[in-house]
Amino acid sequence: MTARLARTGSSLVAVLLLAACTNYYEIPIETPIRPKLDVSGFQRVLVAGFISGGTDDVDSNLETTRLLRSQLRTKSDLRVIDADVLPLMDVATEGQNTGTGVVGTPAPIKEEKDLEPYERLFANVEYWKKIGEEYQQPLIVTGTIMFTPQQRNSIVQREVEQYDSFGRRRVTPTRTYVERKGFALRPKFVFIDGRTGTVMHSERFAEEILYNANQTTPALSSYFELMDRLIPSFLNTLSSQKIKGTRVLLQ
Amino acid sequence: MRASLSVIVVLLALAAVPLAADARSDAKKHVEFGVAVAQKGLWREAILQWERAAEIDPTYAAAQNNLAIAYEHEGDLGKARAAYEKALAIEPNNSYIKQNYELFKEINDRTTRKDGQ
Repeated sequence: MTARLARTGSSLVAVLLLAACTNYYEIPIETPIRPKLDVSGFQRVLVAGFISGGTDDVDSNLETTRLLRSQLRTKSDLRVIDADVLPLMDVATEGQNTGTGVVGTPAPIKEEKDLEPYERLFANVEYWKKIGEEYQQPLIVTGTIMFTPQQRNSIVQREVEQYDSFGRRRVTPTRTYVERKGFALRPKFVFIDGRTGTVMHSERFAEEILYNANQTTPALSSYFELMDRLIPSFLNTLSSQKIKGTRVLLQ
Repeated sequence: MRASLSVIVVLLALAAVPLAADARSDAKKHVEFGVAVAQKGLWREAILQWERAAEIDPTYAAAQNNLAIAYEHEGDLGKARAAYEKALAIEPNNSYIKQNYELFKEINDRTTRKDGQ
């Protein structure tokens, strides 16, 4: 008994000594992130619109255009051009004769693979050059957006508390079937040089949010929640950002 | 002859122990001063102090960890990664360094992500 007590005591002393020797200090830091794209040659930016698909509950083309314009207005040095959203679906469909648009009758965009025929539109240098001339050669932001409902059913293990006839508490792992619903947002942002009509940079993102099946969350609020996660990375393509965080300094 | 050689080797070995201890205590002073100035927002001065500490004692994980944080704060992500990797090579099980490195990687990945255009 005495030996066990002595062992416990010495372990405690060892832990305390270790804690006393390791001095650490939490410190806030701000990491400056350089923009991925050199946009110093542009004074204006045109968020032209997007080829969008998925759920009909949200017009992700219109919402994304609005949201990116408002973010760029406050968080970048570029002047944001207010213009009508370009009818990119129509442009892509019309381009089938010149080989720059969708080949054949375009199917409704319900899945990611349905977007593939539209991707050729972004390589249509003549079209984008013409748009560039119309708006005084800005940086053009366009791309594709998929906003689709998601459903996942899975078996999860939970700890369930039980009491036996003597009132003794027991915790038993129990497997439960869980239904979860939500949305997935998969945008691809394409940055086009309005002076030449060529693609400068493109970037894909994927975010997902799931709720318990009995929870009712409007599609639009899920859309904004998911976009909130992507916006810092989108902005970092065009302008430098500072990311706040905390680190631990050691002695 | 052999006996005198053994005596010299033992003496050298004994001399090396306080030398290493001196290096660590010298480096510790720089690390402590670096922490004090970093807390006041003087990150450039902190970098000088921690670089000196790492020079004096290259096996001092705290100096490398702090340097990495300072480089991160200055936006020099390449140097930050190298310093974190050195710190982890010295103390692979240090949970503070591991946590700092994970947070750093999250930011670093965000800056390097693109889809090939």
